[in-house]
Amino acid sequence: MRSTTRNFVDNAARGLADDKLQAALGRLSQGFPVKRLETISRLPEFEQLRDDAIAIKRHTLENLDSYLERYEENAKVSGAHVHWARDGDDAREIILGICRDAGAKTVTKGKSMVSEEIGINEFLADNGVEPIETDLGEYIIQLRDEPPSHIIAPAIHLSGAQVADTFKESHDELDADRDLSEPRTLLEEARAILRKKFLAADVGITGANMLIAETGTSVIVTNEGNGDLTQTLPKTHIVIASIEKVVPTLEDAATILRILARSATGQDITVYTTYSTGPKRADDLDGPENYHVVILDNGRSSLLGGEFEDMLRCIKCAACLNHCPVYKAIGGHAYGWVYSGPMGAVLAPALLGLGETHHLPSASSLCGRCQDVCPMRIPLPRLLRQWRRRWFETGGEDTKTRLGLAAWAFLAKRPALYRPLMAIGTSVLKLCGGGGRRFPILPRPEGGSFVDQWKRGKR
Amino acid sequence: MKAARSEILANVRSALNKKDIEIPSAVDERLRAHAINTVPARVSGADADRIAIFIEEAERASATIERIKAPKELAGAVTAYLKSIDEEQAVRAAGHPLLKECLAEQTILEVTEGPSDGTDTVALTAAFAGIAETGTLVLCAGSESPTTLNFLPDTNIVLLPEVSIVGTYEDAWAALRQTMGSGVMPRTVNWITGPSRSADIEQTLLMGAHGPRRLHIILLADS
Ligand code: SF4
Repeated sequence: MRSTTRNFVDNAARGLADDKLQAALGRLSQGFPVKRLETISRLPEFEQLRDDAIAIKRHTLENLDSYLERYEENAKVSGAHVHWARDGDDAREIILGICRDAGAKTVTKGKSMVSEEIGINEFLADNGVEPIETDLGEYIIQLRDEPPSHIIAPAIHLSGAQVADTFKESHDELDADRDLSEPRTLLEEARAILRKKFLAADVGITGANMLIAETGTSVIVTNEGNGDLTQTLPKTHIVIASIEKVVPTLEDAATILRILARSATGQDITVYTTYSTGPKRADDLDGPENYHVVILDNGRSSLLGGEFEDMLRCIKCAACLNHCPVYKAIGGHAYGWVYSGPMGAVLAPALLGLGETHHLPSASSLCGRCQDVCPMRIPLPRLLRQWRRRWFETGGEDTKTRLGLAAWAFLAKRPALYRPLMAIGTSVLKLCGGGGRRFPILPRPEGGSFVDQWKRGKR
Repeated sequence: MKAARSEILANVRSALNKKDIEIPSAVDERLRAHAINTVPARVSGADADRIAIFIEEAERASATIERIKAPKELAGAVTAYLKSIDEEQAVRAAGHPLLKECLAEQTILEVTEGPSDGTDTVALTAAFAGIAETGTLVLCAGSESPTTLNFLPDTNIVLLPEVSIVGTYEDAWAALRQTMGSGVMPRTVNWITGPSRSADIEQTLLMGAHGPRRLHIILLADS
């Protein structure tokens, strides 16, 4: 996927001015965060599980080469084909090669942010293979030719009416006057259309929430069941997973699963958690005949052992997006790439470089909510500050400071956002203020709108 | 892609300051031991009422549940359930020995066996285990349990012997290792917690996204 992060300022301006987006983002606060608190309150061990999960990830990252090798070995024993991809180019070629070998015309896809990261859809389409997203949200944004605006709810920026318009335009074989005013009718229409696609596809591509070294297993979690239809019905299943997804054992996977859905959607567990180990076996009555796993690095190994290593613990739960005042003000598209919110603002510079993304680490009030809710306790504000420092060191200081101030001014004008930030003001001050630091975080708001200030900052 | 593999592993090792390419014994020890981390006390204690908790949690996830006392009651229970949702008395069943035993003498239901090709409306399967902690069913792919039955039919009816209800996820893995051996997995293990759903349109939660619209669990009492 091509990044438009360079245009962050304009992107954010567009987000702020978009009433439909603002209404959608308004709904976000009433949903995931509320359910998250509810489910956590029913699990007294939640904090201990977070600590366990962090320990698992730390241990795995310290021995990442070994666990990747053991994973590969065990996956191969079960008949998996394991491929290694240094970057997006490698991964795209590998996947296209598998599709060509399978004589694939259409490919169904489960939701996978890594596949968005490498822009596999455009690439397959350019090479004569039609990719079909099957997660409802992903399907909608594919029809609209938009990137995901949220890592677990890709179409969260849209209203039902917008989806209805999209379906009327795209499903032009259906009666133009049909009633699509209810979410239920939209879902039924997509279900019926995609059911045929599932049954006709030659290859299914999914991501992986984890790879389990002990057994050579890949794991996906979904609520819709689309990932399972994607990987069960076609003759060939391709899993694409980045290197940090490996965990040692089934027990370690269980620990991470206990915090994943609770932090993400506020469910105790997703409806479907699926463990795949190799292709169809002799006595199986269904399932894919070929099972491929593409292990992707794409810059992650360079984070190991360095000041951004903590980010490799991320399990892509989106809790940091759901609780971020900036994300909830500007929406995910403003970030201009597949990953948004605080995790995106840390990850995108690592994967795309600061030249493209240096606005992102500045677009934060460093309020600390993200770190509080991150199940992996990733110190996102500290990592954002580290990126800012790097940008300063490379000569971007002027732009940088002004952007930071402008972001604060924007928040200060919105009491609903400002108050929660002020409540934790002391920690913010401790993190960011005072004593020769470069980020005075509580400047007096100045005149002009957020957008104006960003524009000035950009100049 | 040999080059990519060695390049990635070399990058990882150099980032970790590792000179040795040997896999440390601590790694293999951990894989062998597969130690248990923190588990919820609510379901792991000796006196936990796992069946009651399983029912409560599965219902929270919008599954429906009923209990039968003997295998021969299964056909009647399925018939009554299908009547209640206005479905025809026909099921596509997994060729599971327990289901065969349960359905051996019945004549009310039309039963065909095998995987689903998408034309069946009702699936009848038997679970390997139930996990009380979240009301989760465990189904293992194989000749007795085709995976397509779990996802294609609109209605999913699953038989679960109460003896197969365990407390935690870890208990389910222990039970599987006992059946298959350590380090060996079925091709697919499906954990299923409630019927398929989506909240992708305006965050409105709707059942029956791509998978089953209904999940009905029939618990078979210990005989
Ligand atoms: S950074 Fe933490 S909260 Fe954000 S997506 Fe990753 S794991 Fe979740």
